[in-house]
Amino acid sequence: MKFTLKIWRQKNQNDPGRFVTYEVNNISADASFLEMLDVLNNELVQKGEDPVAFDHDCREGICGSCGMMINGRAHGEGRSMATCDVRMRMYKDGEDLVVEPWRAKPFPVVKDLVVDRRAFDRIMQAGGFISVKTGAAPEANAVPVPKANADEAMDAAACIGCGACVASCPNSSAMLFVAAKVSQFALLPQGQPERRERVERMIEQMDKEGFGACSNNYACEAECPKGISVTHIARLNREFLRAEFTEKA
Amino acid sequence: MNSILAFYNSSIGKKIMMSLTGLFLIIFLVEHLVGNLLLYANDGGHMFEAYGAFLVSNPVIRTIEIVLFAAVLVHALLAVILWYRNRQTRPDKYELYRLKDNTPLASRTTIITGSVIFIFLVIHLDSFFLPTRFGAEKVSSYELILMKFANPWYDLFYVVALLLLGYHLKHGFQSAFQTLGLRNRKYTPLIDGLAFIVWFLIPLAFATIPVYFYFFQQATSAVLMGVH
Repeated sequence: MKFTLKIWRQKNQNDPGRFVTYEVNNISADASFLEMLDVLNNELVQKGEDPVAFDHDCREGICGSCGMMINGRAHGEGRSMATCDVRMRMYKDGEDLVVEPWRAKPFPVVKDLVVDRRAFDRIMQAGGFISVKTGAAPEANAVPVPKANADEAMDAAACIGCGACVASCPNSSAMLFVAAKVSQFALLPQGQPERRERVERMIEQMDKEGFGACSNNYACEAECPKGISVTHIARLNREFLRAEFTEKA
Repeated sequence: MNSILAFYNSSIGKKIMMSLTGLFLIIFLVEHLVGNLLLYANDGGHMFEAYGAFLVSNPVIRTIEIVLFAAVLVHALLAVILWYRNRQTRPDKYELYRLKDNTPLASRTTIITGSVIFIFLVIHLDSFFLPTRFGAEKVSSYELILMKFANPWYDLFYVVALLLLGYHLKHGFQSAFQTLGLRNRKYTPLIDGLAFIVWFLIPLAFATIPVYFYFFQQATSAVLMGVH
């Protein structure tokens, strides 16, 4: 297959950046989107040009490193897929593809398609953790967890923090990310001690980072590579209300 | 006091206030519609006027009226604040952004439909609320209705604004429950069922009134226009 790629090139944070058009040929239909970019980069290196920088690590949809806007969709075509899951057969032969980095004020572009997602780390540092006391590990079955809660927490914990929710949201809102993180702890006994402070601090940090407010149009759920449901956002709102309207213990 | 300020300052706090004011305004719509349907009694507005007189003379209703105006202002003001802030979050726009593939149109246009509804509200209050409550000469609501709704352009504006209100509520109603954390697997079917009544039936029922008066009460209207 062959494609015409219109890729965002930006040397560094201070560079205004611009689109550069490249042609790629002889791409296997079974190649992933990242492998297609590898082919392009090989050619660029051979020509002595700077290869296109993009984040990637596991290439099997579980690390959350990769992520780019392909033809106006976060992680490209398809549902519940990271960019590395996207296969070139999902596009038409000869198709023009516009490839851009996530665009959001809290995610500044570092280079080309790489953005700085440390705003997510700072939100996690604000409350996305549990306290664990030292000592012998307790017997795993000693703490009962309802099956439904365990399942729901597991669904939330599937979040890989890729930032597609922010990238696809018209308000660059990080609500789905924060909702997943707050949910996974709020549903389990281990998350109870910091339950109240967690949601307050994480929301405060989320707002401080400059992410927008949620307008409930659910673009995030549609683009989430892990298919995280917006019911977790409802839970986040519930957790926030619970924290705000109950007395501190 | 600090915690109240923190609540207002947070994005979710603002949205919770928007959802509560929005739901309160929906309750008002139901009450308003109940009154309006008395116009269909076809008794020359007798029951409608009696209902109106009861509302105006009731101190509880008059107090809630102040809350109602406050709710409209809070809802509109917070909407503008959130809309403006949300717009600042993506200074560099996407070259290609297929938001419409993933989101319903109603969810992306609430600021537009809301603005039209606000303009409608100002005109509506100027047409009926101000003259009946503060007008120099005594005029009945029913006479005003007959006069105003004789103008087809005025009626058309009403119908369009009310249909946009429905479109606004199509997103707003379920959105309010999502923000209050009440949308989950247990309640979503109930909320979606109620939503149809709220976004479709209620605005539609309102919109029938100018149409009814234009097409079926023209004769009475003509008589009245002759009097004035």
